[in-house]
Amino acid sequence: MEGDNFVLETKNINKYFRKPVDFHVLKDISISIKKGEFASIMGKSGSGKSTLLYILSTMDRDYTGALYLNNELVTGKSQKELSRIRNKHIGFVFQFHYLLSEFSVLENVMLPAKKLAEKSYIQIKKDALEKLEMLHIGHLAKQRASRISGGEKQRVAIARALINNPTILMGDEPTGNLDSHNSENVFSIFKQLKEEVGLSLLVVTHDEDFAKRTDRIIQMEDGRIVKQ
Amino acid sequence: MTNWSVILNIAKTHLITKMKSTVTASLGVTFGIGAYITLVSFMTGLNEMLDDLVLNQTPHIHLYSEIEPTLNQPVSRYQAYEDAFNIVHSVKPKLSQTKIHNALPILNYLNTDENVLGATPELRAQIFYLSGSLELGGNLVGVDIMESVRLYNMRDYIVEGTPEALKNTENGILLGAGLANKMSLSIGDRVQISTVKGDIFPLKIVGIYQSGIAEIDDIQSFANLNTVQRILGEPQNYITDINIKLYNLQSAPTMARSLEKQFAVKATDINEANAQFETGSNIRNLITYAVSITLLIVAGFGIYNILNMLIYEKMKDIAILRATGFSGKDVQLVFMSQAMIIGAVGGIFGLIIGYGLSRLIDNIAFETQALPTITTYPINYNLGYYLIGITFALVSTFIAGYLPSNKAKHIDPVRIIRGT
Ligand SMILES: Nc1ncnc2c1ncn2[C@@H]1O[C@H](COP(=O)(O)OP(=O)(O)O)[C@@H](O)[C@H]1O
Ligand SMILES: [Mg+2]
Repeated sequence: MEGDNFVLETKNINKYFRKPVDFHVLKDISISIKKGEFASIMGKSGSGKSTLLYILSTMDRDYTGALYLNNELVTGKSQKELSRIRNKHIGFVFQFHYLLSEFSVLENVMLPAKKLAEKSYIQIKKDALEKLEMLHIGHLAKQRASRISGGEKQRVAIARALINNPTILMGDEPTGNLDSHNSENVFSIFKQLKEEVGLSLLVVTHDEDFAKRTDRIIQMEDGRIVKQ
Repeated sequence: MTNWSVILNIAKTHLITKMKSTVTASLGVTFGIGAYITLVSFMTGLNEMLDDLVLNQTPHIHLYSEIEPTLNQPVSRYQAYEDAFNIVHSVKPKLSQTKIHNALPILNYLNTDENVLGATPELRAQIFYLSGSLELGGNLVGVDIMESVRLYNMRDYIVEGTPEALKNTENGILLGAGLANKMSLSIGDRVQISTVKGDIFPLKIVGIYQSGIAEIDDIQSFANLNTVQRILGEPQNYITDINIKLYNLQSAPTMARSLEKQFAVKATDINEANAQFETGSNIRNLITYAVSITLLIVAGFGIYNILNMLIYEKMKDIAILRATGFSGKDVQLVFMSQAMIIGAVGGIFGLIIGYGLSRLIDNIAFETQALPTITTYPINYNLGYYLIGITFALVSTFIAGYLPSNKAKHIDPVRIIRGT
């Protein structure tokens, strides 16, 4: 099988919301992302894109079907194991650049690596500065996270997602809150990561231009994959 | 595997950015522990002082022979009236002496008993103190003064003069402080006493005795045992009371009962005499712990509230931490550490404040006629209470922190990120 080089694969994922009413939100989702692939997910608001991404990022465990990461089944693992997997293998960028506002930019980026604890503090700091440098925000390292602009925050969030050199980077409308200049900036960073580091990316977007320039568009409609 | 340095770093940052809440919460603990240390040091200090005052002066067992009517009147032994209903009017006590029969052998026996710290003879005599034309009724107690010093802290109650002076003076007397006042006598003076029979003796005042209990100091004086025996014209074996001090106070009641049987004497033990006294100590302890625990519960609610608020404010942070790979337990530990830091810091300051207040109380003058040996308020510095205090602080903050932090552990990051 060619499945060997899939970084992410799902088989027949279904999810229901029970409240407020029974609602079949994801229907038989089977997708796969190849190593080094930059895929985007598009679909109308409410079609289930975010819900799917939360499952793929292992944060949501309440579904049926199977999720593989690096060809390893992660469905059914304990919350603790999933935290570890998330920490090591998955980088996540939200639409709202969620940073710990009381920490400095550098500390925000270092945090997941400190949690992983595979490298020394000095090494982590060096790596974090390197990531910030790569995203052209090295000069902000010492700033408080609450004191920088929206576009800068999103780049800090990307640096944080990259700090443990994850297998895949996921984004839920990461440019949804940015102006076209900053959106373009984020897109080129993603593109660069794919080309230079061979990173796999899966990004939900509303932006048609953005999606068209990715390797592949996965189209969702009413909880179903209609095109991939 | 828990990465403590990261968790503590996050906890520390939260605490520092919420300095006002942190200080408020810590102060709650500080007051609780400070109050506990102050109260417990003072109350147990008081207990000890009163113990010293009463228990140290009091023999654990007191032997004496009681004057009482015979239980079996002669008529009931008379077989002819065996089945009759006998009524005896105006029963009188049998003519007998107040001395303890075979006192010297009993003393010897007791002083070889391994449970006994010391047994001392005493001779209590009714006398009159003569002052001009005035006769003051009272009593003179003949004692082995050096044994009384050893066993009953007698030296503390000799406010002028020394016990050695009494021991070395043939006709010496330790005059009760109240008596000395009434008769305007002081050390070196002579006092005339008269026995019930009317014999008059002059005694030399070698010291002043003050027990702190006015009723005693107004009537009672001490002299050497053989002096009193001579005054009464009684032989060396004439002893009215035997005072026993044990190694272990707890065995006093059983030993008293067995001595009563063995020697046909009356024996009272310290527990009978001091039952009320124990109640006082217990109530003081109860007050101490009730007040301290109340304060700590209040402090605990403070911590609980502040932590709940903090967790509510930090929902987003919790979601980010969870999304980037921190487990629910890590999140719980972040908030738990905050509670414990508040508890430890507040607790340590509480100990310091408690110690400071204790020192302050310790230096407040407290002079009273009733307590000749006490000059300041009593404080008991016992390291054990400080250990209990800090344990209290940590346990109460643990409980107060557990519930909110457990809630934080179970927060679903997806719900927060979705914003519902
Ligand atoms: N916690 C929830 N309970 C019930 N319904 C939900 C919940 N979260 C999302 N939904 C519903 O599920 C559907 C898919 O939501 P979502 O995945 O956020 O869509 P998208 O990201 O594509 O806009 C929507 O109709 C939304 O209202
Ligand atoms: Mg969405």
